[in-house]
Amino acid sequence: MQDNIIVRTITRILIPFIQLYGLYVIMHGDSGPGGGFQGGVILGSSIILYVIVFGVDQGRKIIPEKLSDTLNSIGVLIYAGIGLICMIFGGKYLEYNILPLGSAHFASHIGMLGIEIGVGITVAAVMITIFFETARQER
Amino acid sequence: MNISQHFPVMIVIIPLISAVIIPLIGRIRRIYGWYVSIAATFSSFLISISLLMTVFEKGRISYWLGNWEPPWGIEYVVDYLSGFVLVVISFIAFIITVYSIKSVGKEIPEHRITPFYSIYMLFVAGLLGMIITGDIFNLYVFIEISSLAGYALIAAGRKRDALIASYNYLILGTIAATFILLGIGYLYMVTGTLNMADLRERLPLLYDSKVVRTAFAFFTVGLSIKIALFPLHIWLPNAYTHAPSVVGALQAATATKVGVYAMIRIMFTVFKPQFILEVVPVSQIFLFLSAVAIIAGSVLAIGQRDIRRMLAYSSIGQIGYIVLGIALANKSSIIGSLIHILNHALMKGGLFLVVGAVVYKTGITDIDDFKGLGKRMPFSMAAFTIGALSMVGVPLTVGFVSKWYLALGALQAGMWVFVPVILISSLLSAVYFWRVINNIYFKDDGVPARIDDAPAGMLMPAFTLAACCIIFGIAAFIPVYITGFAAEMLLRG
Repeated sequence: MQDNIIVRTITRILIPFIQLYGLYVIMHGDSGPGGGFQGGVILGSSIILYVIVFGVDQGRKIIPEKLSDTLNSIGVLIYAGIGLICMIFGGKYLEYNILPLGSAHFASHIGMLGIEIGVGITVAAVMITIFFETARQER
Repeated sequence: MNISQHFPVMIVIIPLISAVIIPLIGRIRRIYGWYVSIAATFSSFLISISLLMTVFEKGRISYWLGNWEPPWGIEYVVDYLSGFVLVVISFIAFIITVYSIKSVGKEIPEHRITPFYSIYMLFVAGLLGMIITGDIFNLYVFIEISSLAGYALIAAGRKRDALIASYNYLILGTIAATFILLGIGYLYMVTGTLNMADLRERLPLLYDSKVVRTAFAFFTVGLSIKIALFPLHIWLPNAYTHAPSVVGALQAATATKVGVYAMIRIMFTVFKPQFILEVVPVSQIFLFLSAVAIIAGSVLAIGQRDIRRMLAYSSIGQIGYIVLGIALANKSSIIGSLIHILNHALMKGGLFLVVGAVVYKTGITDIDDFKGLGKRMPFSMAAFTIGALSMVGVPLTVGFVSKWYLALGALQAGMWVFVPVILISSLLSAVYFWRVINNIYFKDDGVPARIDDAPAGMLMPAFTLAACCIIFGIAAFIPVYITGFAAEMLLRG
């Protein structure tokens, strides 16, 4: 589809908005509909759109295998790490409100946001990885 | 921070975190993934022992995730039952991990070794989570984690057959998981709670409700597929046969055992024993099915040419034993079932490890080609023989102990008809193991002379399991003592 100028241009314009929306959904996960999983899927879909239009090789230049594999792990580590940090500060696993961030309410907010970001990273990276793997099989 | 109060969650978190660290650290050197796996499974094993000891000291441990009080939050529970099963599963996982590297190096393409260990640890984390959780929806999540990891592990087999076996397992396993989820949904619908202890309090008032009975039917069928109870066992033989040797051993020794544990949890702690014995007499169905499974598994095992397939059919028979003990539902029979979870894990794990060593050295899986292997691989075959004797149920091995308690339970329940079933099945297993032993020791031709015994890294784990078969056959009072408490706890109405 690289030859089609309309598709190429529209994709270039759309991708930033898709990603912005993905980030919005992740950040508002604790106070509105959405969250890490949904936002992660939206973020991942922006890369998938790019790969569909510009091809697998070009896509791998933007997201090399190393990067997507690392992000797969990083997201879960953020999630698990926040749980462990809560334990270090004397709470139970994932007890965010114990974190020393002023009020318990604010600490819960930050803790939840943290794990949503972790979930978002992993989900986006996994979507991208699955797409690259299936695309590679068909060549 | 007192670290020991966090042990219930650590036992799940350590394998889980190592599963995501392995892909990162495995980029530096592939062997590091194995080191991390060993460290994680070993620390899980130590933690599980500490938890079991704490249970004996202070009673039931309850850990609230995020400090949300149950029934609202997720609760992790360690009692006599889950403590015992945790020790068994983490021990087997540790032994098989130590064993794994040579076999994995030979059977898995080099670039897939790091992902293999990552999924392997995910599988272990799922199993340990299934055991420790006290929340029925969390149970479903962990069932799915371990099952999905299990499908991927089986698909890592060398031949294309592995993909087909994995796919069949995927279909049946997903149906099973869906049934379990439906059951959970129905229970949630009528009670509004997902906590097991809370469900136990609320359900007796609703035992006449059709919704609760439907839920129980879904649980029964779903878990029966997961543990491969006889007519629902179709996925198991191919899965164990075509999986990589390490995965075959791990699945055979742990996956179905944890499935049985989940079944015990649902039948005895979410519902009360009175429900399965009187309200919905499902125990009658299980008695019949397990007797059929015991005989049919053994008979089908006799007809197999491939040793792994033979062991797989034998596993179907052994699952029958465990379910028989549950369905008889008295103290002796439940002790028999619970120690058979340990004993079968030791025996079948050890046998599969030896088969893995044979595959590593010779590539042989056909029983007819085992001729003269006793001379070429004497130590491996000694471990195999101990496992085989134990499977038959020779006294002083673990197999005898669990059959003894099951027979005792059958007599106490007044169902003497199951005693001949156990005896006949023992004779049948003697028949199918004799075919192998006969080829190993009493035939001469076949295996080329250049074959020598397996490396120490494979022999030691196999011998550890074989030694445990004898140690716990003689010192049977240790597991019987622990499971005695568990059985009493389960039968408390």
